[in-house]
Amino acid sequence: MIKVYINDKPYDVVEGITIMQAAAMAGYKIPSLCYHPRLSIYGGCRVCIVEVEGVKNFAASCSYPIKDGMKIRTNTEAVRKARKEIVELILDNHPQDCNICKRNGICELQNLAREVGVEERMFAGERKRYDKDDASPCVENNQEKCVLCGRCVRMCAEIQKIRAIDFVNRGIKTRVSPAFDMSFKDSVCSCCGQCITVCPTAALTEKDYIKETFEVLNDKSKIKVAQIAPSVRAAIGEFFGLKPGKNWEKETAASLKKLGFDYVFDTQFSADLTIVEEASEFLDRLKGNGALPMITSCSSAWMKAMEQFYSDLIPNVSTCRSPMSMLSSIIKTYFAKKINVDPKNIASVAFMCCVAKKYEAAREELLIDGMRTTDYSLTTRELGRMLKSSGINLPDIKGEEFDSPLGQSSGAATIFGVTGGVMEAALRTAYELATGKTLIDIEMTQARGFEGVKEGKIDVDGTEVRFAVVHGLGNAAKILDVVRKDKNKYHFIEIMACPGGCIGGGGQPYTAVNGQTFDINLLKLRAQALYDSDKSKIIRKSHENPDIKKLYDEFLGTPLGEKAHKLLHTHYKPHFPKGI
Amino acid sequence: MSDEKLKELQEYIQEFASKENKQSYLIAVLHKAQSIYGYLPKEVIEFVSEEMRLPTSAVWGAATFYNYFHTTVKGKYIISVCMGTACYVKGAVEIMETIKDELEIKENETTQDMMFTLQEARCLGACGLAPVLMVNGKVHGDLTPEKVKKLINDYRSERL
Repeated sequence: MIKVYINDKPYDVVEGITIMQAAAMAGYKIPSLCYHPRLSIYGGCRVCIVEVEGVKNFAASCSYPIKDGMKIRTNTEAVRKARKEIVELILDNHPQDCNICKRNGICELQNLAREVGVEERMFAGERKRYDKDDASPCVENNQEKCVLCGRCVRMCAEIQKIRAIDFVNRGIKTRVSPAFDMSFKDSVCSCCGQCITVCPTAALTEKDYIKETFEVLNDKSKIKVAQIAPSVRAAIGEFFGLKPGKNWEKETAASLKKLGFDYVFDTQFSADLTIVEEASEFLDRLKGNGALPMITSCSSAWMKAMEQFYSDLIPNVSTCRSPMSMLSSIIKTYFAKKINVDPKNIASVAFMCCVAKKYEAAREELLIDGMRTTDYSLTTRELGRMLKSSGINLPDIKGEEFDSPLGQSSGAATIFGVTGGVMEAALRTAYELATGKTLIDIEMTQARGFEGVKEGKIDVDGTEVRFAVVHGLGNAAKILDVVRKDKNKYHFIEIMACPGGCIGGGGQPYTAVNGQTFDINLLKLRAQALYDSDKSKIIRKSHENPDIKKLYDEFLGTPLGEKAHKLLHTHYKPHFPKGI
Repeated sequence: MSDEKLKELQEYIQEFASKENKQSYLIAVLHKAQSIYGYLPKEVIEFVSEEMRLPTSAVWGAATFYNYFHTTVKGKYIISVCMGTACYVKGAVEIMETIKDELEIKENETTQDMMFTLQEARCLGACGLAPVLMVNGKVHGDLTPEKVKKLINDYRSERL
């Protein structure tokens, strides 16, 4: 312990921390912009400056280590003035279009300007002008709004280890872009959207399909069908200012009805379907029909990254479509027939926690007889904006059940949204399908939690099944390097591209816990909402979902059968966009 | 891209293969690449990124950060017009405009005959001669629009 003085009061703090951390312990939150606790220190924005006695210039508190006897002042007149000027200069190089900005009201830069007391625009000179890059189906890059904090660059490089983007040029011409100034569309970007999660402004945002969706909703010739992913209901409340950690399932279903959807189905139903197919596929591979380890395929950003960087592992990746795409397939075939409607007249809209699902929805490999099955995929944030603009206040809505026949789901499907959930759900089913016995201990703690790489094993009738669960593409890289060297270490691997799994998806609300988005405690709260829902369900295994059984009896035949193969499975091919 | 040039670059990169932090030799490698090719074509940047196992975005970032590196093909003569304070006050803008008119190009562009590339420079450290410009490392000072026109013609007819 060493002694420091913060604003003239002594504090005992541990050695090795920064001024910012010490000040936080003393109860002073120092404003910041480029700093993020889960990313490396950058010290680029200078917003977090403080005075340190004996040090000539202001010190950036995010990167300045504390020393014994250090005298720090966080709120002198000079510091406040300098901080305000720094923010003013950033604002002067930023479009002053807050009222018509996607992040109006939920913008870190806006909050910062208010915090440091910016009241006027000092310099009306030139500001940077760039064309928006909106060619990607997932990510929009509007560099006019970029404040060059570099959090996206560090997120992509450090957490996801994709490094699709970096700073380009220098000085006043600096911008964030993929290599060769090419569009995100042509780059190695996995579309995970995590850069959006940490962006303080609207420089990086999801490609928005709200307008198109409203058009569909007003089209009388269409039957409008919606589906929502498990993680959307665990986070949508946050968009309405509600505390994280509650599952808003029924309210979300009812809200979608109020928006004008004729049928509201549940992606959890098709999560059960995915599990029945995937568990069957796994058992088949275990018998020697196909490569092991089998790697899950639900995460669309992982799919894109896999085809680019790990195409040698294509034989190991499950051929199952994601739950979104499975449900869309079923909606436009089984369900269309059931209500006697031409599938061309069905608009299928998916509400996902995911940015990459927009890319997945457009994948050619998923067309059925030339027909696209998911017409639009929207994020939780887009859903929030749609509801708000329609005057639908989620917390006031009386909950409703999902529609039949694609609305019932098991507890196993609910936990799909959390890292480890797909593994847990798949093993619950695989065990029972393989052994014919009832699995008693269904909560698999080995697969749960937020460790980057989790390992576990389960005994399936004398065979030891070893599995691994990873979340975040950086962690995926670790395990895939192991797999490339040793194919026998694991039998089954779950990979989710986003940290925390879908609950931490790139399309989730910008909820700040401890003053920052992308907080591990936020992920824990969202996860708890889903685990609680699993616990409260009577049916907790996918293959016991009666509507799934009915779907196979009436339509699909058997898991991995001919029809299932056409509608529920897919294939992959290597892609080599520029850049490694 | 000729195989010979590529081979030379590859051999240079391999010199660092056994070193610790071999990726930190990026700047040296880019220098080498530019000395071989005259500039840094995209294909070369991709090659460097693959050989050094560095993300292309990072190589591109470094190549565009440093003024010394060019990512577009350059003319035979690179004219750097000083826009430092002293030259600016003594009429650098006029000099720049004269050259633009004379060569019919804008800053950071190259004439179609590949003779000239025009760029802006910060202080060249020859303020006493302001306004100044530099052609392939040679400084010309005390300029007027007329002198600049003559200078360009001299280079054009290879009299210098």
